[in-house]
Amino acid sequence: MRDSAFRIRLVALVRKETRQMLRDRSNLLVGLLLPVALILLFGYGLSFDVKNAPVALVMDNNSAAAREAVSGIGGSRYLVPVRVGSMAQADALLRAGKVDAIVRVPIDFAEQQARGKAQVQLILNGIDSTTATSLEAYINGALGTVTLRRIDRGTGGATGVGGVSLVQRIWFNEAGISTWYLVPGLVVLIMTLVGAFLTSLLIAREWERGTLEALFVTPVRPLELVLAKIVPYLAIGLIDLVMCVVAARLLFEVPIRGSLLAILLTSMAYLLVSLLMGLFISGTTRNQFAASQMALLASFMPALMLSGFVFDLRNVPLAVKIASQIVPATHFMGVIKTLFLAGTDWGMVLRGCAILLGYAVVLLALTWRTVRKRLD
Amino acid sequence: MNDTPPSVVIEGLSKTFTGPDGKPFRAIDGISLSIQPGTLVALVGPDGAGKTTLMRMMAGLLRPDSGRLEVLGIDLAKDAQTVQNRISYMPQRFGLYEDLSVQENLDLYADLHGVPADVRAERFSRLLDMTDLARFTGRPAGKLSGGMKQKLGLACTLVRVPDLLLLDEPSVGVDPLSRRDLWQIIEQLIASDGLSVIGSTAYMDEAGRCDHVFVLNQGTLLAEGSPDDLRRRAEGLTHVVSPADGVPARDLQARMIDAPDLVVDAVPSAGQVRFICQPGCDQAALKALLHDCDCQPRKEELEDAFMLLLHQHDGSGGDVSAPPPLASEAPVASQNGHGDGPVIVVRDLVRRFGDFTAVANTSFDVKRGEIFGLLGPNGAGKTTTFRMLCGLLPATSGELQVAGVNLRKARAAARARIGYVAQKFSLYSNLSVYENLDFFGGAYGLRGKARYQRVSEIIRQFDLDPDAQSGNLPLGYKQRLAMAAGLLHEPEILFLDEPTSGIDPLARRSFWRTITALSQSGVTVVVTTHFMEEAEYCDRIAIQDAGRLLALGTPREVRERSGITDGYMNEAFIAIVEQARAAEAGGLEAA
Repeated sequence: MRDSAFRIRLVALVRKETRQMLRDRSNLLVGLLLPVALILLFGYGLSFDVKNAPVALVMDNNSAAAREAVSGIGGSRYLVPVRVGSMAQADALLRAGKVDAIVRVPIDFAEQQARGKAQVQLILNGIDSTTATSLEAYINGALGTVTLRRIDRGTGGATGVGGVSLVQRIWFNEAGISTWYLVPGLVVLIMTLVGAFLTSLLIAREWERGTLEALFVTPVRPLELVLAKIVPYLAIGLIDLVMCVVAARLLFEVPIRGSLLAILLTSMAYLLVSLLMGLFISGTTRNQFAASQMALLASFMPALMLSGFVFDLRNVPLAVKIASQIVPATHFMGVIKTLFLAGTDWGMVLRGCAILLGYAVVLLALTWRTVRKRLD
Repeated sequence: MNDTPPSVVIEGLSKTFTGPDGKPFRAIDGISLSIQPGTLVALVGPDGAGKTTLMRMMAGLLRPDSGRLEVLGIDLAKDAQTVQNRISYMPQRFGLYEDLSVQENLDLYADLHGVPADVRAERFSRLLDMTDLARFTGRPAGKLSGGMKQKLGLACTLVRVPDLLLLDEPSVGVDPLSRRDLWQIIEQLIASDGLSVIGSTAYMDEAGRCDHVFVLNQGTLLAEGSPDDLRRRAEGLTHVVSPADGVPARDLQARMIDAPDLVVDAVPSAGQVRFICQPGCDQAALKALLHDCDCQPRKEELEDAFMLLLHQHDGSGGDVSAPPPLASEAPVASQNGHGDGPVIVVRDLVRRFGDFTAVANTSFDVKRGEIFGLLGPNGAGKTTTFRMLCGLLPATSGELQVAGVNLRKARAAARARIGYVAQKFSLYSNLSVYENLDFFGGAYGLRGKARYQRVSEIIRQFDLDPDAQSGNLPLGYKQRLAMAAGLLHEPEILFLDEPTSGIDPLARRSFWRTITALSQSGVTVVVTTHFMEEAEYCDRIAIQDAGRLLALGTPREVRERSGITDGYMNEAFIAIVEQARAAEAGGLEAA
């Protein structure tokens, strides 16, 4: 009897929340259209890849050997050589932002090479460090290709004989295409947005309109109120997840190497955390405007900045590292990237889910307290 | 009756909140009372009396700081949920989901209360029938009128017969017709279902319908009893006096209000002044005050007893003891005196929003120095008319002249000659009184020494504390400050939008005293109000309903038109609106 009353009330509340959600156009806009916009923006619009970067070539030594040494730059589709007469000219171009790097072949390049230890100077524009790092790798690669070719031809100097040469391979994102790691990260962002931002309005709206006051004086229980607010938004989140996965696969050709089940489980666990975070903020502030601002600051921003989405968390100071570990998105980000690009490591998936569910339980308890049928 | 246990028992109940100024304030201060089941009980009191706090405590939504509170024999501190399962509660804002339809709102509450499906159909049809909402079941609650929302709110609390029904100010902000309907529904249900109802209200006519009345003020219980018991407290003190010919009743009323040691309260009514004299006051002095006008005793009413109780309790402190601003000022020999033509001319004014006509073909004049009232239920078009008069909203068509300036052509020129006091407090809460006035003085183009002098003068006239933070002022004082700001540039016309809503009756008297003084100094005042009795302060009134002007004239003329000459303005108003609606319905059928 008691159970069935609980069920009737929960069904009634879920129906109410669903109707409200479907009738509020701005809700659906944020819940369904914004994710589509984000997918397209991140998939097509944004990229950390470097293509056709102009590189100034300063040939202080114009010997055949020197020309051969830098010939790789012209052969790469990532780089465009710009021949300049002097270092001063190259300097000016770099400062003006007309070239992204300078490769300088020293005047004694031929003699150096004869001694078996030739050096080429590379100057990078560090203003955009991401581009600089990529360029460094590309130019290294372009110069290295020439050396390897010489070794192959057997014309090399000392390098090939008894020396160690490094043969690089990048795994999991073989081509280093940024879309590949942006799209799994996007799943995190969208789950955060749908979860925290949309739900941040729900309890606050009922406080503001005074409907909660009437609802409290009925047999309804606080837990039913919270659960009913989660269910419809889990559905929206699920739709968004499917959109992301389909877009990743079909539009951006991101390999999905892990199991779909694992992706679904982890995503739902994270969505739950995110929804409860939004509800908790909503119930605490009791004000829609403050709640939505706070939801952006407390969930979306950390998910963007601290989760390892943009910045590699291994290279940040200890304090930031600790902060990033507190952000639930970090735990989801690690798992979802691995699932998309590397494959299923069930140990990692289960550990991630356990951490996320831990967050969910704590947030559920906190949110419960915000609707415990008291006005003071 | 006496052997049934009381439905509510309260002993020594107290509740303290933190006020906006950070100081604790006692919302409920040691109240003890007991309420019998099967009765209709009213909690009456001015705003801030503690009615809502007490209601919320009975609903288990607020925990008392001290004292005992039992509802239906259950201690709320121990088991609020059981009480909440059995009672129903309608908060002031009705608790409706505006994006859900009428039917969906009803279904939700029926599900939450576990109303079985077989009972439900019969119950719903009865409720929809009573509330006259059957035609609107598919309409979203947000698109209902204020009165219909309130009826739906009531219906949602009655999806099953509760053991106790709590109604927190069910009739606030609702027009008189809807108020009457609401109480009829409640009375029907008490008769048919044996419902127990506790309702809070600021309207004495509503309290008069109840079995038992509790009078609250500032968190304490002033008195209780049946309406008749309470009424008798004012026995022998109530009189009505007719002013000399040609003198507005409000001028006589103002003089009487200014003599608090002789007169407890005085209000203009039907061209006369109804008043309560102080118990044991000096009859000779009273006679002198009245200038030997014709004074007759009248039957005391609940309202009289209520005002008497409030005055006795409020003897010191609060909004009330302070003299009403401007009253002490000698009437300024008015430079723009009465009678030299209309100062506002409105001809065939129309305002449409899309295909909705908010104001239809409205024409009226306002004479110089007049107090002109715009009355009507919510949604009648009062605020729209008002905004057009102030130049805040362009008219769709029609002619509009304010202070001799055509508003359609020279809005800025007209604005410099009018003052406007908005319904919501529209000054800066975190600035002091002086800073606010100084800012608005600057906005009106006052500079340097002239501004300082004008601001100081108005602060003195309105008896304001220049250093007080505006947001922390009591409502009555906020109203005063807003009015002071509107008068800084000495406008010819002052527009006041619902100035008295949410203000307690004593502060309202003080407010109207100020308006009377302003009018005596030659300022034209245009005011909207939903308190019908306040029409009596006006020289002329216009009654609007559904965008149309139904009646225009002096309060006496309007009352005569309605056919109810001796009653209150409230009844006259209801009669006029009903006649107009019936005529329209008849017209539709004929067509």
